[in-house]
Amino acid sequence: MTATLVAVQVLNGLQLGVLLFLVAAGLTLVFGVMDFINLAHGVQYMLGAYLAVTFYGLTGSFFAALVLALLAALAFGLLLEFLVFRHLYDRDHLDQVLATFGVILFLNEGVRIVWGAAPLSYPIPELLRGTIPLMDGFGYPIYRVAMIVAGLATAVLLWVLVTRTRVGMLVRAGATNPRMVAALGVDIRRLFMVVFGFGAMLAGFAGVMAGPIFSVEPGMGDGVLILAFVVIVIGGIGSIRGAFVAALIIGLVDTLGRSFMTDIFKAMMAPAAANQVGPAIASMLIYLLMAGVLFFRPTGLFPAAGR
Amino acid sequence: MSVQASTAGRIGGTARQIAPVLFILFAAVPALATAADLGFATQLVSRIMIYAIAALSLDIILGYGAMVSFGHAAFVGIGAYAVGIASAHDLWDASITFPIAMLGGGLFALVTGAICLRTRGVYFIMITLAFGQMAYFTASSLSAYGGDDGLTMWGRSEVLGYSPLEDETVFYYVVLACLTGCFLFARALVGSRFGRVIVGVRENRIRMQAIGLNPYAYQLVAYVIAGMMAGLAGALLANHTEFVSPSTMSWQRSGDLIIMVVLGGTGTLHGAVLGAVAYLALEEILSHVTEHWRVFFGPMLILIVLFARGGLGRLIGGRGAGG
Repeated sequence: MTATLVAVQVLNGLQLGVLLFLVAAGLTLVFGVMDFINLAHGVQYMLGAYLAVTFYGLTGSFFAALVLALLAALAFGLLLEFLVFRHLYDRDHLDQVLATFGVILFLNEGVRIVWGAAPLSYPIPELLRGTIPLMDGFGYPIYRVAMIVAGLATAVLLWVLVTRTRVGMLVRAGATNPRMVAALGVDIRRLFMVVFGFGAMLAGFAGVMAGPIFSVEPGMGDGVLILAFVVIVIGGIGSIRGAFVAALIIGLVDTLGRSFMTDIFKAMMAPAAANQVGPAIASMLIYLLMAGVLFFRPTGLFPAAGR
Repeated sequence: MSVQASTAGRIGGTARQIAPVLFILFAAVPALATAADLGFATQLVSRIMIYAIAALSLDIILGYGAMVSFGHAAFVGIGAYAVGIASAHDLWDASITFPIAMLGGGLFALVTGAICLRTRGVYFIMITLAFGQMAYFTASSLSAYGGDDGLTMWGRSEVLGYSPLEDETVFYYVVLACLTGCFLFARALVGSRFGRVIVGVRENRIRMQAIGLNPYAYQLVAYVIAGMMAGLAGALLANHTEFVSPSTMSWQRSGDLIIMVVLGGTGTLHGAVLGAVAYLALEEILSHVTEHWRVFFGPMLILIVLFARGGLGRLIGGRGAGG
């Protein structure tokens, strides 16, 4: 277990963490501000990747595909909000779960019809190919570093947006007490729509960035959705800061656990047993973490005020 | 108190109309299937009724107690694994394995419920998911019992050395008997003082505490009962497919169970049965029409939510939304 290996896995963990943050940020805002459980948030991540595939095919440029895919993801998010979600804000959580589950089924299958069931991909842009040398000559892909940087930059942007702008102030107020905000004369429906579209775009952004390194396939958003839910629950629902901290924790714990758990168990028990127990514990590590956090802090690490 | 009384009364009234019809139809299926030369129908409806038992157990805690368990498939899976692992050790007698399956489900519910019930709302949903996932990954790591690939049973449970369950029709009626028993038990349970306390805690926890009851204890008992019932469904499921796999416990299966209950209408019992029938039958029928059946099924779910408030049970029962 060399230092280089640990460094590589820490970077991988950070990269998973920022991806999860991008998905979780939209989810926690929609949840916090509108009290709306959107299971279909994961398919917006998937859609981002698929749109990038198509736009890459049309333009041949990663960055053009990125911009077009973001715009298309935003437009699609607003369309979904208009057609389905806005009719569900006053309903109870179970109705929202059922309807958004219907959206997942429809879009997963729709993607299979339009793009086929086989995994797709598009290449890493020329500019970001190659590796950055780490210690003792071991390289780390530039693209993955760029993902981490882009994710962190988005986090900073989001922080400025939420804490330093008027819209951000309304979002924070909405997460604390939406009724009061509406009573003060704010068009809460419009605010919902803005938050929703923005969340859809962030999830799409995560999907576009993930496309070149994970395979683009139907259902790719489902696993991410569950992880994003774990993140927002650990972080405290409605809290961007909580989502950020929790996403990095989950990314690191999951990646490092999968890499080193078996070796750690080998130090404590017979290799055969460790080979069996290690991967199992590594897979459930984040869930153990979540159960532990909820046991000691039943509303997450950074509970939004007033909730 | 008047709220609870009227809730219980309304549910009783609707159930009286729908439930007997459902069960008579169930009883007629094998004969109809033979007459119409649709042999597979018996097996399909067996599967539907097994899921109906699991959905029923979820409705007790979700519908009446507002405890939305997103890890309910774990109880089903534990029941299935209890029967599967017993068969791997050449223990086939249902009089031993079925109680083990139910105890297994109940014990897991007791341990996890004691922790989960400290949380409320969405946090409860997520912590039950966490325990469900732990069960799933534990099952995946049981390499002695098939691990990821699952465990083939090479036969069905026996009773006193005989194997009557090998006959599809006999198996069908055993499942129907289990479903009927569970339904009657659940109806008696929610109509009892215990059931009213569970509904009372859902409506106003503090008031229940104020009149001297311990909501936590009542909820935990309900959770354990649901776990045991789901364990029974698991034992039947293992016998139905003669195969046990971790995928039985995946979060998608837990989601399916929630969908069934909400689709049929929460807190009605017959709604859970109806939801299981509608969900699995639609899946079966649509998947024969087109391989892309989900493209039609998804929008149907959305339309049901938007226009049939309170689920199919209330739609058919002619009652408005509420409860």
